[in-house]
Amino acid sequence: MQKIYLKLLTVLLLLNLSGCGYNNFQSLDEEAKASWSEVLNQYQRRADLIPNLVNVVKGYAAHEKDVLTQVANARSKVGGMQVTADVLNDPEAFSKFQAAQGQLSSALSRLMAVSENYPNLKADQGFRDLQAQLEGTENRITVARNRYIETIKVYNVAVRSFPQNLTAMIFGYKTKPSFTVENEKAISAPPTVDFADKK
Amino acid sequence: MFANLKTSLAALIAMFIFASFNVRAELVAIPALKTHVTDLTQTLTPTQQSQLEAKLSVFEQQSGSQIAVLMVASTQPEDIAQYGIRVADAWKLGREKPDDGLLILVAKDDHKMRIEVGYGLEGAIPDLTAKRVITEVIAPNFKQGDFYGGINNATDKLIALISSEQLPAPNKQAAGNSGFENILPILLFGGLVLGGILRTIFGHFFGGVLNGGAIAVLAWMLGGGVLAAILFGVIAFVFTLIGPVGLSQMGAGGFGGGRSGGGTFSGGGGGFGGGGASGNW
Repeated sequence: MQKIYLKLLTVLLLLNLSGCGYNNFQSLDEEAKASWSEVLNQYQRRADLIPNLVNVVKGYAAHEKDVLTQVANARSKVGGMQVTADVLNDPEAFSKFQAAQGQLSSALSRLMAVSENYPNLKADQGFRDLQAQLEGTENRITVARNRYIETIKVYNVAVRSFPQNLTAMIFGYKTKPSFTVENEKAISAPPTVDFADKK
Repeated sequence: MFANLKTSLAALIAMFIFASFNVRAELVAIPALKTHVTDLTQTLTPTQQSQLEAKLSVFEQQSGSQIAVLMVASTQPEDIAQYGIRVADAWKLGREKPDDGLLILVAKDDHKMRIEVGYGLEGAIPDLTAKRVITEVIAPNFKQGDFYGGINNATDKLIALISSEQLPAPNKQAAGNSGFENILPILLFGGLVLGGILRTIFGHFFGGVLNGGAIAVLAWMLGGGVLAAILFGVIAFVFTLIGPVGLSQMGAGGFGGGRSGGGTFSGGGGGFGGGGASGNW
């Protein structure tokens, strides 16, 4: 009787380890690339919305030059980056990409905050449409980023855990970078409350 | 030694089972998907619920597209969009390939709502349109406290939008037999373990008969069909009869099914990518 349990135990353990994991890496690597493409896709979608948005805002709030230039600059910086799947194997390029997108995010949110001061702009149907589209796109970006983080987590765990890490070493699969909180400093800094004259 | 092995085996099996339930307790739980309309706030009357239910299931039969309504009290601490995508991922509304699912989510106490649009419907219902349905159709009704009116009008509008999209014709068999291959190996080992235990207690022959019978009944209950049930039962019987020798031959066996619980509504495997819009009232 003891033999049965021993054998069962062995089979279960084998299932748990499931071989050298080479095939596993193939699919995990592809999944990582696919989810990365989705992230890029959604960022691109956002970048495409910006020219129209800037134009509409300009029509009502042309003298908000600072904010508008910031958005335009951040947009062109993002547009100037050549981002491919290779970025995944280059942590430095990855963090550069993330920084550029983060800059665009904060410039955009400043633009949206400023636009709150212009009732005519807020009432403009074109602006409201763009606002809804931007909102939807930002949400898609969040979803795509979260899925990327999840995929990379699985991939990185596979690369690091024994015995698959040996396979990973032989075939050159390295851990891939993941997204971190963009505005870490802004979150950890205490908010400054200023009751002094409001102009 | 013998008892130790047994307990360690039990622990190992338990580990396999519990590893799949990774629950994040602090977040609002996702209710089980049983009907098209899930109202956890008791806002809709039973008549209103069944009217909506009837409309949505007729639409599903006609077009194949799945629309579900979920009303919760609150999605805190999560944003409604975060909760919405979690529900959409868990429910998998819509068919797998066309990804034609749609979720109308209402967080009543938060005064927030969201339309979550499946990948395949993003053409028929772009974010902008979803936003307009929220601000122009749902919000005015909700402001007056008419939740049924808002949801009812919204579903009419969304059904009209989806109907204008060319979707593949509904396939009635599509919903069944989905995860069969996936659970097969797990069930094979379940059968083997059960066989081992039964054999210890009842001996080779009677243990085999019992295990075969149990597996046949299980396979049949899980929707495997009578022939498949008999086949799996016989295999289980033979394996148990042969004993340990059978273990080394991982040839065939197991049992399975797709649907759990006959006739209830379940998602068809559609994917969501965060499309849609949120709003408040």
